[in-house]
Amino acid sequence: MDISAIFSTMQAEISLAVILIIMLLADLILKQPNHKALQGLACGLLVVQIALNIVPVTGEAFGGMFVNTSMSSIVKTVLTAGTLLVFMQADSWINREDSRHKAGEFYVLTLSTLLGMYYMVSAGSFLLFYVGLELASIPLACLVAFDKYRRQSAEAGTKFILNAMFSSALMLYGLSLIYGTCGTMYFADMTAMLTGTPLQILAMVLFFAGLGFKLSLVPFHMWTPDTYQGAPTSITAYLSVISKGAAAFALMSILVKAFGPMIENWSLLIAIVTVVTITLANIMAILQHDLKRFMAYSSISQAGYIMLAVLGADGQGMASLVYYVIVYIVANLAVFGVITTVEQHNNGRVDREAYNGFYKTNPHLSFIMTLALFSLGGIPPFAGFFSKFFVFASAFHAGHWLVVFLALVNTIISLYYYLLIVKAMYITPNDNPLPTFRSSGMTRACLVICLLGIVLLGICSNVFNTLSNVALL
Amino acid sequence: MEYTILILALPVLSFLILGLAGMYMKHRVAGLIGTLSLTGVTFLSYLTAYEYFTAPRTAEGVFETLMPWNFQWLPFNTSLHIDMGILLDPISVMMLVVISTVSLMVHIYSFGYMKGEVGFQRYYAFLSLFSFSMLGLVLATNIFQMYVFWELVGVSSYLLIGFYYTKPEAIAASKKAFIVTRFADLGFLIGILIYGFYMGTFTFTPEQEQLMKCGMLLPLALGLMFIGGAGKSAMFPLHIWLPDAMEGPTPVSALIHAATMVVAGVYLVARMFPLFIGYAPETLHLVAYVGAFTAFYAASVACAQSDIKRVLAFSTISQIGFMMVALGVCTTADPHEGGLGYMAGMFHLFTHAMFKALLFLGAGCIIHAVHSNEMSTMGGLRKYMPITHITFLIACLAIAGIPPFSGFFSKDEILTACFQFSPVMGWIMTIIAGMTAFYMFRLYYGIFWGTENKELHKHHTPHESPLSMTFPLMVLAAITIVCGWILPFGHFISANGHAYDIHLNTQVAVTSIVVALIAIALATWMYARDKQPVADMLAKRFATLHRAAYKRFYMDEIWLFVTHKIIFRCISTPLAWFDRHVIDQFMNFMAWSTNASGEAAQPIQNGKIQSYTMWFLGGIIVLSIILLLN
Repeated sequence: MDISAIFSTMQAEISLAVILIIMLLADLILKQPNHKALQGLACGLLVVQIALNIVPVTGEAFGGMFVNTSMSSIVKTVLTAGTLLVFMQADSWINREDSRHKAGEFYVLTLSTLLGMYYMVSAGSFLLFYVGLELASIPLACLVAFDKYRRQSAEAGTKFILNAMFSSALMLYGLSLIYGTCGTMYFADMTAMLTGTPLQILAMVLFFAGLGFKLSLVPFHMWTPDTYQGAPTSITAYLSVISKGAAAFALMSILVKAFGPMIENWSLLIAIVTVVTITLANIMAILQHDLKRFMAYSSISQAGYIMLAVLGADGQGMASLVYYVIVYIVANLAVFGVITTVEQHNNGRVDREAYNGFYKTNPHLSFIMTLALFSLGGIPPFAGFFSKFFVFASAFHAGHWLVVFLALVNTIISLYYYLLIVKAMYITPNDNPLPTFRSSGMTRACLVICLLGIVLLGICSNVFNTLSNVALL
Repeated sequence: MEYTILILALPVLSFLILGLAGMYMKHRVAGLIGTLSLTGVTFLSYLTAYEYFTAPRTAEGVFETLMPWNFQWLPFNTSLHIDMGILLDPISVMMLVVISTVSLMVHIYSFGYMKGEVGFQRYYAFLSLFSFSMLGLVLATNIFQMYVFWELVGVSSYLLIGFYYTKPEAIAASKKAFIVTRFADLGFLIGILIYGFYMGTFTFTPEQEQLMKCGMLLPLALGLMFIGGAGKSAMFPLHIWLPDAMEGPTPVSALIHAATMVVAGVYLVARMFPLFIGYAPETLHLVAYVGAFTAFYAASVACAQSDIKRVLAFSTISQIGFMMVALGVCTTADPHEGGLGYMAGMFHLFTHAMFKALLFLGAGCIIHAVHSNEMSTMGGLRKYMPITHITFLIACLAIAGIPPFSGFFSKDEILTACFQFSPVMGWIMTIIAGMTAFYMFRLYYGIFWGTENKELHKHHTPHESPLSMTFPLMVLAAITIVCGWILPFGHFISANGHAYDIHLNTQVAVTSIVVALIAIALATWMYARDKQPVADMLAKRFATLHRAAYKRFYMDEIWLFVTHKIIFRCISTPLAWFDRHVIDQFMNFMAWSTNASGEAAQPIQNGKIQSYTMWFLGGIIVLSIILLLN
């Protein structure tokens, strides 16, 4: 295989690596304070990255170690766009007095996790997949502990890295069992060797647990609330959407591609985990007062909904998964954008009571927050309704009607807690609401993009149709 | 003809601008934005009509059906999908002309009529929204798109009827209109669902095998759709909302409740006409009977009303009945003659829109002058308001069916079609046409001649309206005078698409003119003079009948009885009890148990990393065991 073919197949990875290096050098070269310039540079480069890779590339490299499909190309672009939105809304936090001197680290670390996710989604073998997974996890721990002098942030980082190590170890164990029983690590060759022996089932469960940790599925979710609460809000946003989106896509493609013969086994596994995840996350979420902790449980339950698409196990399921991730990214980032803005103007308070009467003083932010919560709750005509509809439909087609029914019941609970925030903003009286403030330009641009996404992604049916056409290729 | 998309884009744009930024604008600017966008729409509509009707016909001698835009919105499978697009065929192009003309006239007229009103910008925003919805309705490429815009039209009608939202009557009327039409639309929706489910498509022109799949259910689906049309077009017994809808501003009544929205039901039947005539002729004739009864009922009520807008409302109901009859009497017996009613119904829709808008706008001028809707405050207005008087008279002559005004030609075609269907129907409709002439001239004399309320007029002298209001009157009057004999309507629209030369049936024409003249003479004898002994004597002699007609034959009371006494008491109350005591309690229990389990689950999350990994490992073990045992 000649080098130019590798270049064209791995174009996205290579250009992202170049961006990473540029950011590293820029941080070294530019004189302090360089936070404004770095932000502009990072956002600009990501826009270039999206533009370069907007056309899907397909192909293999390194003898099937690296496989790029149209769908994985699209997922990479979506993840990049999500990262761009996170960079935009991190504005008010990273440019603060106490963190601006390390702004460069933020961009470099985040971009390296993104690179790791790129490898995760287009791995053709468990080896590359594992490398990608670790590249996506370890810098994240640094990011979680970014405000290292703040106790909660340090604690969150510790919890995250310890749990990540634990899950990685178990996953490696599972991968070794796979290698032992199949004699190969390549997804394409594995299928012939998989017969569903007890050892292989154990291996599959261990592999699933490793990704279940990233997706924070119950019972591998325990780190989530503590880490989400302690981490800087923008990092929480990143963790909750980008990291999850990549893991969900990788999980589904590996289960379908590599573990195809064991579909009976893993669909039962996912059915159980989905129901438990959604239910437990919901009943825990209703009692939360800290918004970041609350969003942690919300993101756990959203991950459960994403799993419904995995149950579909066909092209339609894949399309609905990617669509769900896209819609989830815009809605969740809108919520986090509002939370982070409010946090900066409110001495770091993120409890729900702080939002009482928020509508009176900040009608625009409340409006965006409301629509985003509606979308997360799945209220038509916002995009969240359609994305939920499609994942339900794909699980239903695969015959998992009981799971779909239980998930539907759970949406009612989730509506309740999403509406609690809306109620706080609009209805609960408060003599002393937060003062009126104006968010920074970047954050506003990010929120407007999210808002457009929430409203338009559902109404414009082309988005889903394009995805399902790509998935059926 | 891709530019037709602008016909929809312009009004929606002006709605957004006026709706979002209207409150920061001066009245004049807001009105100008609305009017300019409608001027653009009108220009484009005329251009479309010109290009469409001058384009060469196809080999079969019909105008080609065009779809310059069609966008697949929600696909279900390869044949069943909801599209959004623009359909151009003779009737939709004709409707474009009608809607844009009347809407433009109303936009201009409202400058004068609504001058200084609070919420002037909001009014224009709603007018734009209505124009957009109505144009979208007629341009719909499939039945579902039509339904979407159908509901939008209903919403904008609701908003405009309730424009004076501080007036309790207006609020009640808007709610009534919305609920009654929505109730009827339920039938429409079920009809659409049956149509889509069994046929596997939402298009207006299904394939032969798709029709075969629907089979016996097609007449049912079409009948249910007609219920929706009957609601919107105020057919008996769903007509009760229209008279109350007159609480809205008068130009709105002219636009929505006389010329455009209320004929949506007629348009719907015309749109589905090939299916009606081919597969459900019985349903089509049912439409005719409903239309005929409605026409008669409304005409008799109109004879006894004293509020001028109510008279016009009932006359609208009656005239829409005429259109329904025209469509309903079509048969396949003789393709050319049997389809005459289709052309006649569409023709009447066209002419009626013009002269009825003229009547309503004239009524608006009168109300503007005397600040009341009641006929008792009027009388003798002809010397104060010459332009209104003449134009109103022209419209009255048109609706009464006197040549050479437009109404004569279209009504004559309808009557001819009726006589072809059955002589009984022909005579009934001729008599109703006579009643129309009678009550319209009763109205005319009551306003412009008759007993003048001198005391009131001395106190406040009525005056002619400003040019912005009289100009639309003159334009519409001009159209009413000429469009009957100048427009070769049959060349554009006919049941089978071929050019059709309108020729008057001498016998029918003479009969109807004679009947109309007798009715006008009767009205003149009874109402033109200062004192009206005959009318008073008749009202006293047939007091019960007069009172019943004045009360619209108690239809509202009957509906109230059915809803309040029967539905509310016998069905709703027990259901409410069940809801409150069984379902709510169950839901409360669910909510309580959810909360309680949340409380119970909290301790798991204890913050200790050791226990987290225990859960992690325990989870793996349990899941593995389940999978292994399975």
